Amino acid sequence: MSSLLYDLTQILLFCLVILGLTRPLGIYLFRVFESERKPLPRLFGPIERAVFRLCGVDPQREHTWQQYTLALLVFSGFGVLITYALQRLQHLLPLNPQHLGPVAPDLAWNTAVSFTTNTNWQSYSGETTMSYLTQMAGLTWHNFTSAAAGIGVALALARGLTRRPGFIGPRTLGNFWVDVLRSILYVLLPISMIGTLLLVSQGVIQNLSSYRQIITLEGTKQILAMGPVASQEVIKLLGTNGGGFFNANSAHPFENPTALTNLISMVLIFAIPAALTYTYGRMAAAQKQGWVLFGAMAFLFLAGISVLWAAESHGNPALSGLGIDESAGNLEGKEVRFGVVGSSLFATVTTDASCGAVNAMHDSFTPLGGLVPMVNIQLGEVIFGGVGAGLYGMLIFALLAVFIAGLMVGRTPEYLGKKIEAKEMTLSMLYVLIFPLLILGLSAWAAVVPAGLSSLGNAGPHGLSEILYAFTSAAGNNGSAFAGLSANTPFWNVTLGVAMLAGRFLMMVPVLAIAGSMLNKKVVHPGPGTFPTGTLLFCGLLIGVILILGALTFFPALSLGPIVEHFVVKHGRLF
Amino acid sequence: MLDTLRIAVRTTLLTLLVTGLLYPLGMTLLAQLFFPSRAHGSLVTDGKGRVVGSGLIGQRFRSPNYFQPRPSAAGDLGYDAAASSGSNLGPSSHKLRARVEAELKRVRKDNPQASSAIPVDLVTASASGLDPHLSVSAALWQVSRVATARGVATERVRTVILDHVEGRELGVIGEPRVNVLLLNLAMDRQFGQPTGVTN
Repeated sequence: MSSLLYDLTQILLFCLVILGLTRPLGIYLFRVFESERKPLPRLFGPIERAVFRLCGVDPQREHTWQQYTLALLVFSGFGVLITYALQRLQHLLPLNPQHLGPVAPDLAWNTAVSFTTNTNWQSYSGETTMSYLTQMAGLTWHNFTSAAAGIGVALALARGLTRRPGFIGPRTLGNFWVDVLRSILYVLLPISMIGTLLLVSQGVIQNLSSYRQIITLEGTKQILAMGPVASQEVIKLLGTNGGGFFNANSAHPFENPTALTNLISMVLIFAIPAALTYTYGRMAAAQKQGWVLFGAMAFLFLAGISVLWAAESHGNPALSGLGIDESAGNLEGKEVRFGVVGSSLFATVTTDASCGAVNAMHDSFTPLGGLVPMVNIQLGEVIFGGVGAGLYGMLIFALLAVFIAGLMVGRTPEYLGKKIEAKEMTLSMLYVLIFPLLILGLSAWAAVVPAGLSSLGNAGPHGLSEILYAFTSAAGNNGSAFAGLSANTPFWNVTLGVAMLAGRFLMMVPVLAIAGSMLNKKVVHPGPGTFPTGTLLFCGLLIGVILILGALTFFPALSLGPIVEHFVVKHGRLF
Repeated sequence: MLDTLRIAVRTTLLTLLVTGLLYPLGMTLLAQLFFPSRAHGSLVTDGKGRVVGSGLIGQRFRSPNYFQPRPSAAGDLGYDAAASSGSNLGPSSHKLRARVEAELKRVRKDNPQASSAIPVDLVTASASGLDPHLSVSAALWQVSRVATARGVATERVRTVILDHVEGRELGVIGEPRVNVLLLNLAMDRQFGQPTGVTN
C-alpha cells in the first residue's frame, strides 16, 4: 500500500468514526437536555438532585432570554475573577512543586479571559509559568464550565427556534444553570474520566511530582516537566478548549504520545459539535434539519483537509535544491509519529472546531497550508465549531441563508415555520459583522504600531499572517496561533483579551436575543412559497452563504499574507 | 438579580471543587493505581538499571556512536524537556533556510559515506522540540557512521534498526518510525557501551 493510500485511509477512518458517533451521542444529548427520560436515572438521578439542591437551582423554573443572558454573564464574570486571582496568588498556594512565581497582571488577565471564553489562547508556556493548582483549579475547571456554557447557549437558540408557542404563559428558553450542570454531570465529566484513563494507558502522564531530573544516555542532564496532564488533556479536547498543559500543546509527547492518542484527540474534538446537529434535528422533530447542518459542515471540513494535506505533502519550496529528500513532506514543526497526514488532519479539525490545540506548528506550515487553518476560523467557527458555539453559529448562517433565499423569491422568509423579520436580521448581522470588525480592525492597528510589530517572529508577508492569525484566533475563540509571535507583552495580552471577550459575548448576546425573539412566534404551515430547509439545495445555499461572506470579508487581507507568500516563495524570495 | 448571584456563587464553588480539584486529583490517584509507570512518564533504564530518560521524550545525542535525533528548538541547546517548543520559523524565512543549510553541512561532514539525499526529518525541527522518533530512512541514513564508529559491520547495525521499527498503529494510523533513545540503548546492549561516553 502506498503512502498516499495510507493517508487517505486515515482521513476516511476519522470521518467514519465521527459519522458513527453523531447519531448515538446526539440522541444521548437529546435525552440529557430535552427528554423526561434521562439516561441512567439510577446513577445520575440522585447526583443531579443533590447538585441542584446544593446550587439552589429549581429545574422547573426556566429563563427568559434576558435571564439566561444575565446568568451566563455573571457566571463567566466569576470565572474571570477566580482564575485571575489563582494566577496572581499561585506562589502562596499549594501544589506548586516548582515554586513558580505569581503570573504578571497583563498575562493573568489574558489567560483568565482566554479560558473563560473557551478560547485558550496561551501567551505563556505552561511548564514554566503555571503551578499545578493553577492548571487544575484555574484552567481545567474553565475547560468544563466554558464548554458547558457554550452548549447552553446553543440549546437556548435551538429551543427558541423549535419550541411551539402554547396556551400557557410566556415561553422560556430553558434554565442556564440546569443546562450547565447537566452538561458537566452527564456529558463532560463521565467522558473525561474514561478518557483520562484511556490516555494514561497510552502514555500521557498524570502525576503531581516535581520535575524529574535524569542523566541521559550520553551523560548530560535533562529535566522532564511533569504534572496532572491527562485529566486536563481530555477535557481540553472534548470541550474544544485547546489550552495545552505544555507549551508545545498536543505536539508534546506527554500530551499526545502516539498516533492512536492523536486519533482519539481528534475524535474528542469533533464528537460533541457533530452530535449536537443530530440533537438539533431531534429538537426540531425533523432529523433532516440536523443533517443539513451536518452536511454543510462536513463539506467544508473535507475541502479544508484536502487543501491543507496537499500543500503540506509537497514540502517547502524554499528548501528545494539543497539535496534534501522531501518526499515525507514539510516536516518543519511536525512530529515524525504523526507525519504530514496526522498533522494536517489535526490542524483542520482543531481550527474547524474552535479547539485550538495543535500537534504541529501552524507557523511553519507552507503558505497555503497555513492559509487553511486561518480561513477555517474566519468562516466563523461553524465547521462543526466549538461545543455549542458551532451549532449556534451555523444556525445564524441558516437564518441568513433563508433570508437570502426569501429575497430571491420575494416571499417572507421562514425557518422551521417561524417568520424571520427585520429584528432577527439586524441581530444576525450584528453577529456576523462584529467578527470581521474585531479581526481586521485590530490587525490593522497592530500592523502599524511598534508595540504590535516588535513581537513578530517572522518578516515579510508571513509577519502579517502572524498578526492576522492572532486576532482571527482570539475573536474566533479558537486559541491556536502562528506561535512565532511573542504575544506575552502588555499590548498583545490586552488587545487579544479584548478580542476574545468581544468575540465570545458580543456574539452570544445577539444569539440569545434572536432565541428570545423567535421563541414566541406563531408557527405557520409550510405553503407553496416556503423554501424547504431540509434539502440538499438548502445545504448548498448554506455553504454558499458561508463561503461568500467569509471570502468577501477576508480575501483582501489574506491576499497580502499567505497568498502573496505562496507566490513569492515559489520563486525563491525569502524574508 | 440577588437570586442569580446566589446561584452563581454556589455553582461556581461546586464546579470548581468537583472539576477543578476532585476530578484531577481523583484521576491522578486512579492513574497511579492502574498505570504507575505511564503516569510518571514511561521512564526507561539502561543495562545497569539506571534511569536514562523517558521512552516518549527525545534527548540529545552527539557521539558518532549513537544515532542522532532531529534538530530541536526546545531550550538553548535543544531537547530541553522543561521548555518544549518548535522553531516557528515560517516557510519563507531566511533564518529557516540558513539553519537548514548549517545543519546539512554538519550532518554531511559527520556522515561522509552517506551520499544519497538527506531525509527531511534530519534537518527540520519538530513541533515539540522533543520528538523521540526518526523516520526509518533517517535512521538507516546514519548506519555507516555508527557502524564505523563502533567498528562493527553495517549489516548488523541495520538489523538492529529494522528490529526497532515501530509500525503504524492498528496497521493504518501514524507513520513507521524508530525511537532514537530505545534504538541507542539497543545498540549499547548489542555492541557494548562506547568508550569516551561519560555516565
